[in-house]
Order: sequence, then C-alpha cells, then structure tokens
Amino acid sequence: MNVSTILIILLIGAFATYFSGDKLASKVALLFSLAALGCSIVLLNNYNAGENISVINSWITQPKISFALNADGLGLAMVLLTAALTPIIIFSSFGNEYKNAKAFYGLILFMAFAMTGTFLASDGLLYYIFWELALVPIYFIALIWGNGDAEERRKAVVKFFIYTLAGSLFMLTAFIYLYTKAGSFLIEDLYKLNLSAFEQFWIFLAFFLAYAIKIPIIPFHTWQANVYQKAPTVGTMLLSGIMLKMGLYSVLRWQLPLAPTAAKEYMYIFIALGIAGVIYGSIVALRQKDLKKLLAYSSLAHVGLIAAASYTLTLDGLRGAVLQMIAHGFVVVGLFFAAEVIFRRYETRNIAEMGGIRAQSPKFTSMFLILVLASVALPSTFNFVGEFTVLYSLSQINIWFAILGGTTIILGAYYMLRMFQHVMLGETNSKAFADVTLNEGISFAVIIAVLLFFGFYPKPITDLITPSLETILQVINKN
Amino acid sequence: MNTLIAITGLGIFCLLFEILNLRKAIVPFTILGLLGVLAINFCEFGMEQSYYNNMITVSKFSTSFSSLFIVLTIFLVALSHNFYHNHPTKISDYVAIKVFLLAGAVAMVSFGNLAMFFLGIEILSIALYVLAASDRLNIKSNEAGMKYFLMGSFASGIILFGICLIYGAMGSFDISEIHESALSAELPIWFPIGMILVVIGMLFKVAAVPFHFWAPDVYEGSPALTTALMSTLAKVVAIATLFKLVSGMNLIASLDNQDLLHTFEVIVVVLSIASMSVGNIMALRQVNVKRMLAFSGISHAGFMLMTLLTVSASAGVLLYYTAAYALSGIAAFSVILYVCRDHDNEDITNFHGLGKTNPLLAAILTGSLLSMAGIPIFSGFFAKLFLFNQTIQAGYIGLVIVAVINSIISVGYYFKLILAMYSKEPNQERTGRPFLIYATAVISIALNIIIGLFPSLVLDLLN
Repeated sequence: MNVSTILIILLIGAFATYFSGDKLASKVALLFSLAALGCSIVLLNNYNAGENISVINSWITQPKISFALNADGLGLAMVLLTAALTPIIIFSSFGNEYKNAKAFYGLILFMAFAMTGTFLASDGLLYYIFWELALVPIYFIALIWGNGDAEERRKAVVKFFIYTLAGSLFMLTAFIYLYTKAGSFLIEDLYKLNLSAFEQFWIFLAFFLAYAIKIPIIPFHTWQANVYQKAPTVGTMLLSGIMLKMGLYSVLRWQLPLAPTAAKEYMYIFIALGIAGVIYGSIVALRQKDLKKLLAYSSLAHVGLIAAASYTLTLDGLRGAVLQMIAHGFVVVGLFFAAEVIFRRYETRNIAEMGGIRAQSPKFTSMFLILVLASVALPSTFNFVGEFTVLYSLSQINIWFAILGGTTIILGAYYMLRMFQHVMLGETNSKAFADVTLNEGISFAVIIAVLLFFGFYPKPITDLITPSLETILQVINKN
Repeated sequence: MNTLIAITGLGIFCLLFEILNLRKAIVPFTILGLLGVLAINFCEFGMEQSYYNNMITVSKFSTSFSSLFIVLTIFLVALSHNFYHNHPTKISDYVAIKVFLLAGAVAMVSFGNLAMFFLGIEILSIALYVLAASDRLNIKSNEAGMKYFLMGSFASGIILFGICLIYGAMGSFDISEIHESALSAELPIWFPIGMILVVIGMLFKVAAVPFHFWAPDVYEGSPALTTALMSTLAKVVAIATLFKLVSGMNLIASLDNQDLLHTFEVIVVVLSIASMSVGNIMALRQVNVKRMLAFSGISHAGFMLMTLLTVSASAGVLLYYTAAYALSGIAAFSVILYVCRDHDNEDITNFHGLGKTNPLLAAILTGSLLSMAGIPIFSGFFAKLFLFNQTIQAGYIGLVIVAVINSIISVGYYFKLILAMYSKEPNQERTGRPFLIYATAVISIALNIIIGLFPSLVLDLLN
C-alpha cells in the first residue's frame, strides 16, 4: 500500500457520491472521507515502521514529467490534517439541506482529492496540476451554494478565481524556467540546482505571488473576507481550514528550498509583511459586525503570523509554523461551525442581532468558549504550543518582531472575547435557541478533543515533522 | 496519397446519394466512410513517400495532421444531421462540401509543390465561402459569405503573387528544391519578399492580428455549424500549413544574414503578442458567444504562432496544441448548436440557467472552456505548458510572460459564460436530447481529457 491509495479512495469517492443520488450523497461522502482517514492512519503507521510508501512512475516522456508522490513527515502531517478535517466538515453539514446535494458533496471530495495531491506531489508539474485542480471545485461550491446577493457573490468568487489563477500561472512560469535548467520537474533535481542570486530573486517572487494570494499575505488579501462571507460554511471551512494551508505548506516545501539565497536576503521584508497582516487583520476584525467576516479577518491575522514564522528559516520557526497550521486548521473549522450553528437557529450572521444565548444553551456556550480560548492561544490548547513556538522563533530573529507579532494574542483576546460577549452573553434573547443536536455536538467534541489532546501532548506531531523540516533546512543552508 | 483519393471519392459518393434519394443515410454513411479514411490514413503513417513528381509528399507530419482533420470532420458531419434539419433537401450538398473541404485540408498539409499548396488552399477556401453563405435567406449569412469571399480572394491573390516571386527567385515550385537552394549563400531578395507575401496570406487565413478583421463578422454571420468549422478545422489547417511552409522552405536557414533572422523573430514575437492581446481584450466585451469565440480564436492563433520561433523542434507541440484547441472547440460548439438552435442569435442570455436544465451539456461546455483557458487535466493546459516550455528553452521568456498574462485575461470571458450557465435562472424550456449532438459533445470532451491525461499519445507522434 502506498500514498496513492488515499488519492484513489477520494477520487472514486467523488464519483461514487455524484452517482449515489441526492439523498444518499452526504452519507456516501462521509463514508469515503472516513475511509481516506483510516487509510492515512494506516499509512502513517507504515511510515513510522520504516516502510517506503512513496510512489514514482514516469508519466510524460517529453518534457519529462513523473507521477511522483513523496510522503515524508511534513507531507503526511498535512495529509492527516486534510483527511481528519474532511469528514468533520462533511459531518458538520448534515443539518443543512443543499440543492443538488450529489454534486455538492462530490465536489467536496474532489477538492479533498486535489488538496491531498498537492501535499504529496514531489514533481513540480504534478504539484501544480493538483494545486490548480483544487481551485475549480471551490469556485463552484462558493458560486452555486453560497449565500447573500447573487450578483455580489459572483463578483467576489470571480475575483478570487482570477487572483489565485494569476498567481499560480507565474509559479508555472517559474517551474518551466527551472525545468529548462534542471531537465526535470522532480523536487530532488530542482533542489540540486545552483541558481544565481538574480534568478533566485525572480523565482522567489513568482512563487511568492502564488502563495501570498492563496495564504493570503498583505497586500494580496482583498479577495479573502468577501469570499469567506459569501461561500457556504462548508466552503469557508475548506478554504480556511485546509486550502490556505496549501500556500503555507508550499512556502516550506517549494519556495524556501528552491530560492534560499533570496529567502535569506529578503527575509526581513517578508517577515514584516506577515506581521503587518497580523496587526491589520486584528484591527480590522475589531470593527466587524458580521460574524463570518470577523472570523475571516482573525484568520488573516493568524496566518500572517504563520507566514512570518516560515520566513525565519529557523527550525523553531518552521516547526512552529507547521504546528500552528494544524492547530489553526482545527480551530477555524470549529469557529466557522459555531457561526453556522447560530445561523441555523437565528438566520443571521449579524453580531448585533445575537446575544443572550448562554442562558438557553449552556452546552453550546461552553464548547464555543473553549474554541474561542483555543483561538486566542490559551495555554493547554494546541494553539498555545504553536503560537508560542512561532513567537519564540521570531524573537530569535528580532525581538520587535515577536513583540509586534504577540499583539495577535492581546488583540485577538480582545476581539474574540468581545465577540463572545456580544454573541453569547447578555440578557436572555427573546428568540428561542435550541441547544446543540447530537450531530453538532459530535463535530464540536472531536475538534475540541484534538485541540486539547495535542495541547497537552504535541510530541507525536513534532516527532513526525521535525526530520523532514531538518532536511528542508539542510537544503536551504547547503551553500 | 491514398487518403486524399479516398476522401475525394467519398465526396463524390455523397453527391450521388442525392441522386439516389438516400438522404437519410448520408450522415451515417459519411461518418463510416470517414472512419475508413482514417484507417487508411493510419496505414500510411510512418511511410515517407512522394507522388506525381513530388506534388504530394506523405510524411509523419502530413499523416498525423490529416488524422486530426479527419477526426474533426467526422464530428462536424455528425453535427450536420440536426443542424440541417430544416433543409433536408440540401443536406447532401452540405456534407459533400465538407468532405471536399477536408480534401483541400489534407492537400494543404501534404503538398510537395507550391502549385499543390495553392490548389489545396483554394479548395478549402471556396468550400468555406459557400458554407459561410449557405443560409441563403438570411441577410447576415449573405453578408458573411460576401465579406469572407472578398477578403479571402485578396489573400489568395497575395499568396499567388508571393509564389510567383519565389519561383522567380528559385526557378522552381518544388519544396525540396527550394529547400536546397535556400541554403546557398547568395539569395535574390525576391525570395524573402515572396515568402513574406505567402506568410501574410496565410496569416489572413489563420486570422492573426493585424489580418484578423474579417473573423468576428464572418464568424457571427455564418450559420453556427460553419462557424464551428472555421474556428476549429479551418484555423488548425491554416496554422499547420503555415508551419509547414516556414519549416519546409527552410526559411530560417535561408536567413543566414543575422539581421534578417532577427527581423523574422521580432515580427513573429510582435504578431504573436498582438494577436493574443487584441483577441483577448476584444473578447472581454462581447455578448455574442460566436463573436467571443472568434476573438478567443484570434488569441489562440497568437499562441500557436509562437511555435514558428522554434520550427525545428515544435511540430509535436503544434500538433498537440491544435488538437487540444480544436477538440475543445468542437465540444463547445456542439453545446452552442444545441442551445441556440431555435434562436436567431447566439447571445450569452441564451445560456442562462443551462446548469439547471441540462447539467451534462453545461458540464461539457464548462470543461471545454476550462480547457481553452488552460486549467489542468484538460489538454488545453498541457498544450500551453509544452508551448511555454519550448519557448522558454529557446530563450523567449518575455514572450512567455506576456502569454501568461493573456491566459489570465482569457479567464475573464470564458468564465462569463460559465457564470451565466450556473448563476442565472433559466429563461426557457429546453426539450429534446438529440443523440448526435450529445454524442459529439461527450466524445470530443472525452478525447480532450484523454490526451490531457496521456499527452505522450499525441506529442510523441512527431518527436
């Protein structure tokens, strides 16, 4: 068994879901995503036992393109994140009715397929294909099943698509240029290249454009809040939980090792851009009236910090970035789900119309509170481990980066708790709020369990990712 | 050679069917006949031969492009059945003209002599003029035919004039003789001038900027099936012929003078950039789908012109690009034919809500547009990839960056159509599931995806 099994399960799952009809679609999709999760856990075991689970087959002879999937610790960690979040996301949508559900759930599985492929591919072009493929389903999910005014939604989604496609096409150009130098798209061959500082600068920039738009890093973030707000909650979860991690992961896997000289030379600029995102996102989040938009901007702040940590080029920075990616993936899915739970009952996302839920729904309140606290990195949650490592690595570069980046915790605590106060506390709302159903409770419980477990015991993940991060650092520091 | 004879024979049979009153059988019969021709053509693959004093030369290049043309013609003939539903008495004429047009197309890629080249181009063009004006009671179709005929005959005249000058310089119409004499040190100035005139004529047929003005009007005015033919088959034939002319006459080697070579490269780069940019920017503003695809075709012509910079290595890339482009074009046009069959225009509003009323056709049109835009797994992406790879290897990284920017622009108008299908409410009932249209659409998009998944199938034919 090798890593291509997960991809096959997800791809077959996507088609099986589509052909299973509207009634069964959600269950079939859940089944296949759980199968993919099981498969990735088995593969993780095999990997830890020292088995070779990578694949390499030649695909196109001229130009030389291989079907190469390489599973190292970093890739597997991201695959596990995707495989764990996909069933949660699908399960969380069980309370909603979607028109044409078979296409909806089929697209979700197809997107999971493409994202898993992105995390595994070790051939530049295969990676690019998966990267682009992931864009098509989310476009349709946001366009067809999104909410709000159709005209505005259309604008937001098209802007998102053109932005991301524009960025990735420059990445493609960079890949083709690297191919003409190396004669192969395989990542090992690309790592061996000795590029001049000038070439590295342009390649770094081309990759940066693709990733900065996807992550998003300031000033390429303008698509984000609108799309998060307009997309259906499932789409928002996919985007914020997994898809933006594709950008962060790619920074570690492709951008830094391929252009290390440029990465070192311009380190401060890119860290500063990341930190700028932290401060900007936090301040804008303070002013938001729409719950989903507030969460979108808080997400912008968090990923800015992760991006800044990635550009430090230290082991702590990279490790913190990966830990925080996983932690943020879970917490953001949980928070958007909480917003959806409220929406199902109150039919609004406007914070001003909420309030007074606590008295009616104590279970939901406590779960929401744990998520909010995890999001502001309270000790004993997984996010604390990630955020602390990240800030520590920033302080090694320059103490001011850590101080400015630390505002994410202070400002984050401020806007998140204020949001919690307005949404949940206050006088009992005149509108009835039914407590969480069993299905909703299970989704919350799983997310919270993961966050708390790894908050106390992050060692399995650090052990998994550290060797591959060390390899990447070796490539970066080879000269 | 046998291919050409078989095609012509098939065309005559089509005419006989009219006399024998077997009109109902004509479409299936022609499709079977063309499949047979395709088999004959496959048998010729790999044989390097020339016939009739080198008038026709059969090479890998000619056979593989001929196969593509035959496949496209099969699709176009299959679409005829429903399209000429209201003119049952004329269907054999229309089908026969398409088959003869194919004969011209095959002659154009397998010529060994400039006389044969001109003969091919005229067979193709005259068939196209007739088809453009074939809806004779429609004033728009008349206008399109007239316009195309006037402009096209000018282009043919220019080509003929260029051929005369080449003859004056080289003393021969024979490609291989011209090829050899082009290597000699002293060349009369008439040779490059003649070549330029021939190339201008061909650029007109390809509809590259600045010789593109006829395309939008003619595409819009012609009957939709003729537009499909022009934008897929005719364009592909013209670009393949242009490529064969430039490589076959050894134009690059003959320009041993560095200044001339440099000028040639600059001209190709400028024309390619101009075609891409003008085509894409104009397409953004169109509301008529046929007109939009006309401009999109102009921009694709710009992409395909990039192969002229690396003639010695890029025949396979050109074959792949043309196949990807034409197959997605056929898939798109079969959906357009279905959607607009009862309308006198092809405006985007006709496509509103297609995603709800006909999900399959909407998915196919989406797929073909994504392919044209260059989104992976569709062959359009690999076509662009191989083209960019080839061009960067030759050192034209600036040109590739312009092409990349153009690909981004093109997403804007391709997605306008996708948005109309999925995010607008349907404004009409669409009934009937014409089998041949569905089959053509499904098969062509499937072929598109197959050569996307296994690009080596096509790419390695000419490498």
